[in-house]
Amino acid sequence: MKYEPVIGLEVHAQLLTESKIFCGCSTKFGQEPNQNTCPVCAGFPGVLPVLNRRVVEFAIKAGLATHCEIARSSILARKNYFYPDLPKGYQISQYELPVCIGGYIDVDIDGTQKRVRLTRIHMEEDAGKNIHDAHGDASLVDLNRAGVPLLEIVSEPDMRTAAEAGAYLRTLRQILQYLEVCDGNMEEGSFRCDANVSIRPAGSEILGTKIEIKNLNSFRAVERAIKFEIDRQIDTLSDGGTLIQETRLWDENREETRSMRSKESAHDYRYFPDPDLLPLIIDDTWTDEVRVTLPELPATRKQRFAAEYTLPAYDAELLTARKDVADYFEAAVKVHPNAKALSNWIVGDLFRVLKERKLDDQLYISHWPVAAAHLAQLVQMIDHGKITGKIAKTVFEAMLDSNKPPQQIVGETGLEQVSDTGSIETAIDQVLASNPKQLAQYQSGNEKVFGYFVGQVMKATQGRANPQKLNEILREKLKTSVRQ
Amino acid sequence: MKLTREGIDRVAVLARLRLTPEEQASLTEDLDHILGYMEKLNQLDTADVEPFNHAVNIENTLRDDRVTNQPNADALLANAPARDATFFKVPKIIE
Repeated sequence: MKYEPVIGLEVHAQLLTESKIFCGCSTKFGQEPNQNTCPVCAGFPGVLPVLNRRVVEFAIKAGLATHCEIARSSILARKNYFYPDLPKGYQISQYELPVCIGGYIDVDIDGTQKRVRLTRIHMEEDAGKNIHDAHGDASLVDLNRAGVPLLEIVSEPDMRTAAEAGAYLRTLRQILQYLEVCDGNMEEGSFRCDANVSIRPAGSEILGTKIEIKNLNSFRAVERAIKFEIDRQIDTLSDGGTLIQETRLWDENREETRSMRSKESAHDYRYFPDPDLLPLIIDDTWTDEVRVTLPELPATRKQRFAAEYTLPAYDAELLTARKDVADYFEAAVKVHPNAKALSNWIVGDLFRVLKERKLDDQLYISHWPVAAAHLAQLVQMIDHGKITGKIAKTVFEAMLDSNKPPQQIVGETGLEQVSDTGSIETAIDQVLASNPKQLAQYQSGNEKVFGYFVGQVMKATQGRANPQKLNEILREKLKTSVRQ
Repeated sequence: MKLTREGIDRVAVLARLRLTPEEQASLTEDLDHILGYMEKLNQLDTADVEPFNHAVNIENTLRDDRVTNQPNADALLANAPARDATFFKVPKIIE
């Protein structure tokens, strides 16, 4: 029988607020254990949580960017379960009335667009962290993360392949990063994903038994785990077995999912409205206030880059992958409007430097090794024939961290292009005179040595000879020498 | 609706409560009365009434996104039955 996989994803995105969702504790990462805690986030009795306004703004932002309906009225609810990383015995989340409803994301899969619908986006608090391995007889609890705000973004089961799931996840992350609401770091857990995977006979409308996969810490893990799970489910059914609804953990090292034994009752969360928190009313004024702060989103910006700057789709894609890179490009192109040349420098040389220095790991590039205006001036110098493309590479390296404009570096190091005929002629004459063997080869019809002469003249001028002029003059001189 | 013994057991397990047989019996009776009262309320026609989400008629009590608490793990851990450095120490959690 032929089966069709059905995949839905649940994403938890940690929000980039200063303080926690219900108290004034810092959300800063990497503090000493339990330093960022107070009676509210540690679940002491008698305390009162108060919702962080920015969390609501970020939720509205995410909802608007993904075409959701923003709920005029929503409430916070308690999700009850016991675990030592959850000090109150319940997580404050949203259940019946989430802040954003519906919506969709258009995902580009190998050049074709696929619309993945969203079920909902809701706000909730994160749990703390347990450390199990430190002591034989005890576990340790750190509540710094307890109460850090999250958005949970739930998709409809609209994806059919692991690749589609990966593409959806990348697109969603890019949107959240453009909105500057989440840094999207999967390894550090600020962008987490659980996958719901089932299979059904091709053509059937009925959903099969749903398996939830957890512990997916990278895009690669998400795609590999979904692939594994689809195969496992098909094998099980094909062998006459049955599937049970369960949660499975992805094992990165063994590249397989395995059953996470849990009591059936553990999933009875007994949600109810949290009486400590008042209903949240979002009127049109508030939604509109947030709407005007939305940046141009990646898909739109990519299309505009291709159209406005006549860039190949590939360039537009690379330049708009990050908001700060796209901003950098636009700052540079304003100074010197050679878009394609600037694109080449950015995706080539600049990306290499960013990668070497691990600057591209950050949500915002804190320090550009070369200012956008300086890069534009460098390209301008090439276009105006002031320096050769080859010399420009040297100037670029010298510009790194110097914060000097390229003109200054060229002036200080004497790297200007040599365009005056006299100097080039002299250099050519010297090269021809000191290479009689190669000259004889050329005269007997071996035109390949032409390139050798070009190389020698470039060497003699430290790469500064204007290549066009050099070619012209050399050709002329060789012609004359053959005639003699 | 009559609340069963299994129903009480299930709620007790979810709430991590260990009940004596006497408690089980009296709680079954008490909860059964409460649920009976709810059933009575359910007979009311509420088709034209807005769902009621909160007892207080106030909305949007929000705070600004500012850090107002200073790091103070020691104060928080002062009441902890056991600690290790600035961690809470709890019985081993068996996964």
